[in-house]
Amino acid sequence: MNRILVAIKRVVDYNVRVRVKPDGTGVVTDGVKMSINPFDEIALEEALRIKEKGQAQEVVVVTIGPADCQQQLRTALAMGADRALHVQTDAVIEPLTAARIFKSLIDREQPMLAILGKQAIDDDCNQTGQMLSALWGRPQATFASKVEIGDGVATVTREIDAGLETLEIDLPAVITTDLRLNEPRYVKLPDIMKAKKKPLDVLEPAALGVTPSEQLKAIRYEPPPQRSKGVMVKDAQELVAALRSKGLIQ
Amino acid sequence: MNKILIVAEHDGSRLNPAIAKCVRCARDIPDANVTVLVLAADPAAVAAEAATINGVDAVVTVANPANAQALAATLAPQVAAVASGYSHVFGPSTTFGKDLMPRIAALLGAPQLSDVMAVESATRFRRPIYAGNAIVTVEVAAGTQLVATVRVASFEAAARGNATAPITAASLDVVLPSHTRFVSLSAARSDRPDLQTANRVISGGRAFGSADNFKILDGLATKLGAAVGASRAAVDAGYAASDMQVGQTGKIIAPELYMAFGISGAIQHLTGIKDARTIVAVNKDAEAPIFEIADYGLVGDVFQIIPELERLIG
Ligand SMILES: Cc1cc2nc3c(=O)[nH]c(=O)nc-3n(C[C@H](O)[C@H](O)[C@H](O)COP(=O)(O)OP(=O)(O)OC[C@H]3O[C@@H](n4cnc5c(N)ncnc54)[C@H](O)[C@@H]3O)c2cc1C
Repeated sequence: MNRILVAIKRVVDYNVRVRVKPDGTGVVTDGVKMSINPFDEIALEEALRIKEKGQAQEVVVVTIGPADCQQQLRTALAMGADRALHVQTDAVIEPLTAARIFKSLIDREQPMLAILGKQAIDDDCNQTGQMLSALWGRPQATFASKVEIGDGVATVTREIDAGLETLEIDLPAVITTDLRLNEPRYVKLPDIMKAKKKPLDVLEPAALGVTPSEQLKAIRYEPPPQRSKGVMVKDAQELVAALRSKGLIQ
Repeated sequence: MNKILIVAEHDGSRLNPAIAKCVRCARDIPDANVTVLVLAADPAAVAAEAATINGVDAVVTVANPANAQALAATLAPQVAAVASGYSHVFGPSTTFGKDLMPRIAALLGAPQLSDVMAVESATRFRRPIYAGNAIVTVEVAAGTQLVATVRVASFEAAARGNATAPITAASLDVVLPSHTRFVSLSAARSDRPDLQTANRVISGGRAFGSADNFKILDGLATKLGAAVGASRAAVDAGYAASDMQVGQTGKIIAPELYMAFGISGAIQHLTGIKDARTIVAVNKDAEAPIFEIADYGLVGDVFQIIPELERLIG
């Protein structure tokens, strides 16, 4: 069966103004709105579209994290994923650990494609997909803005600094998504009801042979240096004069 | 001694300016010995350039026709083969480095730090998280090999000197995969300065309303010798190319002068411009959040202000 594995992460919603705790031990997450990482939503949408074109039969969503993550898995099921896997742990999960867990799930699920968001908007690491493809020994097409599935291959357009690069990769492979790949669908109420009946399996990292290790210890969190508000100028002339006096323009 | 390997980004003939910034970052590590690794079809020109950067102790080249395109799947096993014996493996936090470095880290079984913005010691670094809303200091256990991408906007470029570091060629016995093939690159040709290294950048947002309207930035950019950037909204709407996006998920830039036209100032955009020396914002909404961080703010219509600025700068 042609299967697509989609990794999703529960993160602080992108609309929340994140604040560092006064004691510097982390950022405030209590009572803060949590969502599926926006790039992962795009990953799921792409998987669903591939399935809807008949190029895959099953979409499996997987997440790693504490019990609360099941809310995001339920949302993913409501969007249209067929089943969900929850690797439940309260441990700090670094990208390499996440990649090892996903790799062991790949060994069980044998997908033709694993689609991940290019980065999670909490730690902004942008690592897990690339690490997964290295561990799997398979192609990676990161920062995808267009994906076409062919016969045993995928043609992927990537957003890179120089412009748009197109790669052809053999399947199975890992794709990570950029913002312009698609616009994720909205979840409809009846789908939320239906999603409650879809299978959601809970696993433990140890059962997958992975022990989460914390190699990168966060010592201290700080707010960024603030730029102070400058001056308002009344028109273009005043602006040009100000910039000239600072030597910023001729 | 801390042995640092920097993976060179280049276009086949010239070194990317981000590499001189990686060298500066590596030099901030105490007792550093810095090697630049050039993987290319013909590395000679790029290696010669790298060898003149102050603070580079050695350059290692790997020549292979397969390296003509920077494919992570091809480059990563070669870097991993060279990397044993190095305490740190660095790359720039450009799309090249973001794509490649984690693949190397996984092959080495090493942790990676993304977007290093400051070095506190050989094992302690600072990096932004949550779109720059927080800065975290991270410590890796001594003796752990560390892979990192360097947030290039945080570092000055190391200067070029007269001295030349020794260049040695490595021959590797690594099987390269054929599962990933380069098809094409479509790059908007432009004679403007490169967005990531330009001294002046002017950006447009959703306010422009069409790709044609967005072009009114061109005249001003020419007068200022500026690169042109865009907000995500402008890119999503097709007014500007994707490689022009500035922000959390686009380019992080640090020009002397940044001018934002018709951009509201969402946190994801601001994170890309925080290191600009001077920020100018033009927006018709006096309440736009961009004014909170702008050094000079002007409430007005971009369609009126931009031609005026172009005339005044003359
Ligand atoms: C995961 C994620 C990642 C993101 N990454 C990025 C990123 O990297 N970069 C980025 O930019 N955004 C990013 N965004 C999007 C960001 O949240 C904002 O939606 C986006 O920056 C808004 O672009 P804008 O300011 O052009 O548009 P708007 O917010 O719509 O602002 C348009 C502004 O133009 C002004 N205006 C309108 N007409 C005129 C006129 N005639 N004259 C003067 N002013 C006028 C309005 O007052 C308004 O302030 C990201 C979002 C998410 C969820």
